[in-house]
Amino acid sequence: MADTDQSVRPRRAGVPVSRRVLPGFGLSLGVTLFFISLVLLLPISGLVIHTAGMGWEQFWFVVTDPRVVASFKVTVLAALAASLFNCVFGLLMAWVLVRYEFPGKRLLDAIMDLPFALPTAVAGITLATLFSENGWYGRVLAEFGIEVAYTPLGIVVAMAFTSVPFVVRTVQPVLEELPPEDEEAAVSLGASDWTVFRRILFPVLWPALVTGGGLSFARSLGEYGAVVFIAGNSPYVSEVISLMIFVRLEEYDFAAASAIASVVMGVSLLLLLAINVWQGRYLKRLHGGRG
Amino acid sequence: MSAKHHRVGDGPVIRRILIGLAVVLTALFLFMPLVVIFTQALAQGWAGYIGNILDEYTLHAIGLTLFVALLTVPLNTVFGVFLAWLVTRFSFPGRRLLATLIDIPFAVSPVVAGLLYLLLYGSNGWAGQWLGQYDVELMFAWPGIVMVTVFVTCPFVARELIPLMQQQGRDEEEAAVVLGASGWQLFRRVTLPNIRWALLYGVILTNARAVGEFGAVSVVSGSIRGETNTLPLHVELLYQDYNIVGAFTAASLLAGIALITLAVKTIVEWRQSRSEEF
Repeated sequence: MADTDQSVRPRRAGVPVSRRVLPGFGLSLGVTLFFISLVLLLPISGLVIHTAGMGWEQFWFVVTDPRVVASFKVTVLAALAASLFNCVFGLLMAWVLVRYEFPGKRLLDAIMDLPFALPTAVAGITLATLFSENGWYGRVLAEFGIEVAYTPLGIVVAMAFTSVPFVVRTVQPVLEELPPEDEEAAVSLGASDWTVFRRILFPVLWPALVTGGGLSFARSLGEYGAVVFIAGNSPYVSEVISLMIFVRLEEYDFAAASAIASVVMGVSLLLLLAINVWQGRYLKRLHGGRG
Repeated sequence: MSAKHHRVGDGPVIRRILIGLAVVLTALFLFMPLVVIFTQALAQGWAGYIGNILDEYTLHAIGLTLFVALLTVPLNTVFGVFLAWLVTRFSFPGRRLLATLIDIPFAVSPVVAGLLYLLLYGSNGWAGQWLGQYDVELMFAWPGIVMVTVFVTCPFVARELIPLMQQQGRDEEEAAVVLGASGWQLFRRVTLPNIRWALLYGVILTNARAVGEFGAVSVVSGSIRGETNTLPLHVELLYQDYNIVGAFTAASLLAGIALITLAVKTIVEWRQSRSEEF
């Protein structure tokens, strides 16, 4: 473990003295680094080493396989559609939950987190049952000629369901902290609701909307449990990328599985980094005015 | 529009439309799935429901799932508290990097998470080969299930604690140290009472995800009935056997845990908002 005796070290200039008043720096640093190395970094480096060992040509061959490319496309398009839906739905929900008082509001607020608490496999079989041709929704939609279950549209529904809370929970606090002055001034000067929303509220809200949408997109890219039950999983049409990894694993093609997985993981990590940097920047802008 | 309203959307018409839309969409999209789970589970009546739960393999899946949660949740709770303490109570280079690293399990697909462990600890992986010399096999057995569950659920406690502890600051704790409290006394008497509700929710959320993990677990489990089948995997198995009622019976247990999780969250938030008012 790391050394616990911080007082022996010379203090760097500019660091406040109070920095090490509290105990446990060495212990918590040691525990955290040990845990993160063992649980996160070691397995991830395993994948990187495994993939690096297979050579560029084979990697490229595996990743550009037409069936794999088709699953990339399906996944990205469905994730985009699901996050766009969640941006609209999430904004509506956040708005209603922050701005209005009505009976049952607490229940509505609580159920927003259901998709995070409900296991994905449960969500998967439930949505498949609802949207199948005999299901409550499937029957109604079939009359309009819309098929959801076992089509790419089903993938969108499953992805949208599992990532509902992201936009709601990122927009909600921003709406709560919004100072009313500008808005009230504009309304009292006779601007319409739509104009005020577009010119005054939206410019403050959209960074949070982008963050929530980005999180929702990242989550949707990797979604597996909810999707496999409703997707139909036919090659080239409705296979998502995480299923593709699974298919290769079941063929004992570990090299192909890890090549595809390393692409997926690379994209997820870049997205995570981008969202973090973006969030940090707009939070600074939001709170920067306080001095 | 009437002259009474002062903020956007305060008009009676728009207000009703938006609330109505929100309620209807939520009912259709989030509430109906819950109704489906329980109606399907009870399609053969209560006797059938109980009978399905008492099925040998279902009982075994429940037991294995609880066992996995029992190992995972305490481990990740301890880790989460240490991480939150480290990140909110000290400033050091790399602090933000650490806070980002912990989000990795959120960003990585569960199937990729399972694959990471399979590559490392499987019979072809270097750790797996080394352990194989001692006849230790972690994959396709319960240790593998525990390991990937730890991976997938490790951010939750820290994620709940960090914003709260940041907001509370370290004044109270520093005062306690000046007054001579030891590290453990400080944590138990000062920190823990302040964070207990957020900690409780973090633990409950970790538990919900631990019992419900599907993608990562299905990569490393092998899904052997009566051996390495957790409850979510059992749901899949029954569903693919066209035992729909059985599948939804198992699913209803998981949905019950999800509902308890939401209830705890609501109570915790209500407690916190009340303590802020006083």
